[in-house]
Formats: sequence, structure tokens, C-alpha cells
Amino acid sequence: MFQGYLPMILEGLRVTLSVASVSLAIACFIGLIGASAKVYGGRGIRLSATAYTTVVRALPDLLVMLVVFYGGQILLNSISETYGWGYLDVDPYIAGVSTIGFVFGAYLTETFRGAILSVPAGQIEAGFAYGLSRSQVAFYILLPQMIRHAVPGLTNTWLVMLKATALVSIIGLDDMVHRAGLASAATREPFTFYALIGLIYLAVTTVSVLLFGAVEKVSSRGVRSGGAA
Amino acid sequence: MIDWEIVVDNLPAFASGLVNTLILLVTVIVSGFAISVPLALVRATRSPYFSGPVWLFTYVIRGTPLLVQLFVIYYGIAQFEFVRSSVLWPLFRSPWFCAWLALTINTVAYTTEIFAGAIRTTAPGEIEAARSIGLSRAAVLRHVIWPSAWRRALPQYGNEVVMMMHATALASTVTIVEVMRVARDVYTNYLVLTESFGVAAAIYLCLTIGLTTLFRRLEKHFLRHLSRSDTSHTSGQRAERLNPKVA
Repeated sequence: MFQGYLPMILEGLRVTLSVASVSLAIACFIGLIGASAKVYGGRGIRLSATAYTTVVRALPDLLVMLVVFYGGQILLNSISETYGWGYLDVDPYIAGVSTIGFVFGAYLTETFRGAILSVPAGQIEAGFAYGLSRSQVAFYILLPQMIRHAVPGLTNTWLVMLKATALVSIIGLDDMVHRAGLASAATREPFTFYALIGLIYLAVTTVSVLLFGAVEKVSSRGVRSGGAA
Repeated sequence: MIDWEIVVDNLPAFASGLVNTLILLVTVIVSGFAISVPLALVRATRSPYFSGPVWLFTYVIRGTPLLVQLFVIYYGIAQFEFVRSSVLWPLFRSPWFCAWLALTINTVAYTTEIFAGAIRTTAPGEIEAARSIGLSRAAVLRHVIWPSAWRRALPQYGNEVVMMMHATALASTVTIVEVMRVARDVYTNYLVLTESFGVAAAIYLCLTIGLTTLFRRLEKHFLRHLSRSDTSHTSGQRAERLNPKVA
């Protein structure tokens, strides 16, 4: 039915999943820094974090991606010119994950900011009163409780991001969409292959929702809820 | 640092790109709204025979990337001989029609869920009261359920419209010369970032600010009875798993 192209498409799925998960890690990292900057930073830091989240969320993902991709290329070339390394190419994988991480870091900044603020200040004070260091308070008190509040936003970001990875095919990354394009060109059956990857995306989304639902349950253990649960 | 000559030379191209972006956005939003409202009513019914198929539609669309949906329609449909020999072929051959169709289907899925969520959260007492003073089912829908659901949905709907504005940039992949395509062409011709993507970013930023201001005004108008409570905006991201308790 897929004329032997299925393994090739599934190999593309591996690229898609890898781009999505590495981007998520980068976005989480940026999000945590951004959220701490917004909550604990001074005026200047707070302003720049706000500028970052506002501007990135006001632009199409594709635009930010192309700016980082081409801008990174220009930057790399000017550095390489200074040191005489010759022409360097930006690796589309690195460009892809850093851009997607950069874009969704802005969304996660907001998610994590909300999560930090939802941990009662008294608990942080209590931690310090017991003589815990700043990092101990962060790791033992703040983070574990933040996760519970961050999971819904994180799930949402993951689902949006998974679909945003389709855009990396535009900057030449060999992901599932790109491979579907190759297979359609070779077989003249574009519908078959684009519909196939559509279904694969749907399957990944469905599994993700179930997994994150389980995480949400675990991270909310010990929390009394009003429902019959 | 900025080469203003390049900017000025390409302003007409950006202007016509902006017109195309706006045409696409407005047609998509208008048709999307018109289809979503009745679909949301069906989605919000208690009968699974009615709401189930609509749920399946929104689930499939919300679970797949818009770019793939666009490619399925623009490249995919042409695979079928019966479409190519039908009267519809001139439509499916046109990138404009395909982009409009893909974006509309996409926004219908999200908007339907937003509206259906708002409809479901209508206070039962309001409906009972309206029925008990003798309003017909249609009148209840028109005068009681929809006006309040629309108001509850407004902040999220505003978000969706901004997301669709951003999504029009994908039309650049199917040869439509909107703002994004103009920026990519200017970049290819001059190899400069600020004068190409920078200008596009400024345009999109203005559009985002314009739309958020418009929706803030609409909220002020429609939600003035709640003006003391907080109608804060959501994160600017689509809710993938919509909370049934919207309000």
C-alpha cells in the first residue's frame, strides 16, 4: 500500500519525535530561567523577559524559525570569517530545535511563572527558616509543587510543539513531513503519504495525552480534590 | 545598519502581501465563524450520536499539524482522478482555495470546541427560566444560550483569531504571496535579515496588537456587565485539551 516507503516514513517519525523532545527540554530550560527572571528578577531583567515573551508570542512560529535559521547562518559565517574557518553551514537539526525551543520557551515562561506563584510563599519562608539553602528550597520545595501546577500547561505546549515540528521541514530538516513529500513525489500518491503522516501525528498526540494524564495524576497525589476521585 | 533603500523599494510588495494576508484571514475567520456556531450547537447536545461525529472531526483536526492538513488538500487531492475530471478541479488546483479551505477547517475545529465549551457551561436555571416563561427552544437558543455563551467564549475566541493570523504565514508554502512569502523573497534577493524578516515581524506585530486591541474592545463592550471582575487573557496559546469548565 505504501510501496515500501513505510520504513522511511517511520524513520522520519524518529526525527520528528527527537526534534520535539529536544525542543521541549530546551523550552523547559528557557522557561524556567524566564519564569525566575519574571518572578525574582530586578526591573531590567523583568522587562527583558517580558519583551521576550510578548514579542515571540506575537509572531508566527515560521517567521521566528526562519530568522533564527538564516540569522544563525549569517552569525556563524561572520564568526568563521574572523577566524578564517571558511564557509560553515548551520545544521538544520540544531537550528530547528533551538528555534522551536526558543519559541515555546516563551509559552513555558508564562506557564512556569504561574506555577511558581501558585506555591504558597509561606512554604518558601518556612524552608529558609529551617536553614535550607536557596538551591535546597528550589529543589525540595518549589520544584516538586510547581510540577503539579505546570503539568496542564506543559501538556498543552507539548501538543502544540509536536505539531509545530512539521515546520522544520521548511528549513530542510529530514523529518516526517519532508519524507512524506519525497515519497509522494516518487510514487505520485501525495494523498496517501500526507494522510498517513497525519494519522501518525494523531496517534502520537493521543498517546501523549494519555501519558500526560498519568503524570498529572502522579504529580497531584496527596492533593485533596472536591470530586469523587 | 538598516538599508532603508531596500525597505522602501520593497514596501509596495509588502503592502500587497499584507492585503493578501488580510484577505485570507478575513475570509477564513468569517467562514470559520459561520460554520462553527451551528457545529458547536451540535457538539454541545447531550446525544452522543450528534456530538460524537463532531468530536471526532475536531479531535482529528486538532491532533494533526496544519501544515500537513494544507498539504493533504493542496497536493493530496490531486491524486484522485475523479477530482481532476470533476467540475471542482479548478478549485482544488487553486492555492487560494486550498489555503482558505485548510485554514477554515482548522479554525472550525478549534472554534467549535471553544463555543461548545461555552454553551455547555450555560447555567441550567437560565434555560429552565426561559422555558418556563414560554420561550420556544429556538428562542431559548437565540436569546438566552448563545448571547451568554458568546460572551464567555470571547477571550478564547480572540486568541484563536490571533493564532489564525499567524497561521496565514503557512500559505506561503503553497505559493500564495502574503507577507511571509514577500519576506522570504526579499531575503533571497538581498540576503539581509532586518529588511526582510524584520519588516514582516513589524507587520505581524502590528496585526497582533491591532487584533488584541479589537478583542479587548469587544470584551469591554460585551462583558461590560462583568467589568469589575477579571477577564484576563489566556496565555496566547491554543488550548489543546479544552477544559469543559471554560468560565
